[in-house]
Amino acid sequence: MNKKLTVLVAMIMLSGMLITGCVEMPTEEPEVLILATTTSLYDTGLLVHLEPIFEDKHNVDLQIISAGTGIAIRHGEDGDVDVLLVHDRAREDAFVEAGYGVNRRCIAYNYFLIIGSKDDPAGIRGMSPEDAVTRIMEAGIKDPQIRFVSRGDDSGTHAREIAIWVSAGHDYEMVRMSGPWYVEAGAGMGATLRMANEKSAYTLVDIGTFLAFAGDVDLVPLVEVGELLFNPYGVIAVNPELHPHVNFEMANNFINFLMSPEIQQKIGEFGVVDGRPLFFPLASDCQRKGCPTWELCKTSAS
Amino acid sequence: MSEIIEAFIQAIELIITLDPEVMGIAKRSILISSLSTFFAALICIPIGGLIHFHDFAGKRSLIGIIQTLFSLPTVIVGLFVFLMLSRAGPLGIFGLLFTPYGMVLGQMVLISPIILGFTISSLSGVGIEIKDTALSLGATKFQTIVTIIKEARFAVISTIVLGFGRAISEVGVALMIGGNIREFTRVFTTAIAMETAKGEVVIAISLGIILMLLALMVNLVMNIIQYRGN
Repeated sequence: MNKKLTVLVAMIMLSGMLITGCVEMPTEEPEVLILATTTSLYDTGLLVHLEPIFEDKHNVDLQIISAGTGIAIRHGEDGDVDVLLVHDRAREDAFVEAGYGVNRRCIAYNYFLIIGSKDDPAGIRGMSPEDAVTRIMEAGIKDPQIRFVSRGDDSGTHAREIAIWVSAGHDYEMVRMSGPWYVEAGAGMGATLRMANEKSAYTLVDIGTFLAFAGDVDLVPLVEVGELLFNPYGVIAVNPELHPHVNFEMANNFINFLMSPEIQQKIGEFGVVDGRPLFFPLASDCQRKGCPTWELCKTSAS
Repeated sequence: MSEIIEAFIQAIELIITLDPEVMGIAKRSILISSLSTFFAALICIPIGGLIHFHDFAGKRSLIGIIQTLFSLPTVIVGLFVFLMLSRAGPLGIFGLLFTPYGMVLGQMVLISPIILGFTISSLSGVGIEIKDTALSLGATKFQTIVTIIKEARFAVISTIVLGFGRAISEVGVALMIGGNIREFTRVFTTAIAMETAKGEVVIAISLGIILMLLALMVNLVMNIIQYRGN
């Protein structure tokens, strides 16, 4: 009997623990804002930096899901998140036009780089992005030791890479299938950058992630100038008419927060490496264009 | 090589100093996996008993299906539960996607076949003579079932521990359902995957060490229970 009692007490204690544990889970927060964003923004640490400022200001729990732009937009279409912070103009436009999103603003921009090992085996240094990828492909088909690592994950960066191939006059499916020189990582920006570094390969990277990893990679920027390297980030609220449960008010608070002069300044000051900021503020209606390269930004600022 | 040793030392420091980020992740992992194991056991042990004690057509194929589901890939469960819980899915109105509750549900789906299957096996391990003895001593059917479950209790406990081990070490459900939200749904496995991708090897290693220590502790506790029982 005594033993039975012990077991019973133990079981009651265990269930008690589990139930209190359950109640303790942080869902008591009155307001939650779920943000889907890109790995390039998350991996640089910018959002983690801004998160507590926003949470204190609006007494809200900002929950950040970091994935590629492709899956972030899918979450937005399904209404699984309240607000998106992504970088793929074509898909952003389609998203807004189809009525899934409203109140899109551009909050910041930076630019893409094509990076590779110092000795640059394909010889692309200083070329236009289009010429550079063509040269990498030609060299890679001849010598599979020369490799290009692609995100391959339907992200904004991946979409931009495809745009460069297309602009250079290639059929992207043909490029993918043309040999082992073309490596599809299927991973976030940070992971892809590390993979390219391990393989001494070429890759397309946003300057923010590249500078955030500056001490850890040996690859160097080889191509920095080109129209297709301009990379604006857009924030979009999920349309409450389509998904009535979304926290539209707080999503707008978040958008206004990002657009406010104080936060715009913080974005511009975030994580400056060797005098280069990771992001340039861009509080505008997405029509204004920033400068396509770091060098031009520097001259226009001074 | 020196990088690994350095990371290892820093990892031990993070553990000894009870780094709040690391401890939070540990606490969350244990809580979510305990809850999913608890509820899965609550449902599956009685069902396992029912299946074992009743003869019906298709019983053997049913057990075969359950055993096949042991090797259910966690990403498939993740995808399936994601489609169910998404706002576009049938359970979307509850808003469980990207919450710890959704993760508990996903892990329950994942480990239920294991708990169910091993409960049936452990009950089958009890000698037929115990059932006969109990019946011949005038036990009712219910009392007989209780006797047999008591005989098999250590095997059943091992089953629960096994289920917990699979729940806490899986990454597919945790990532796809939880979304790896900091301080909310980030657990051992998703944090290790993310920190490794970011190159934060030290935090990844320290989380790995804690996860291994936890497995060791669970094993020790289980051994003590079994030792006492014998």
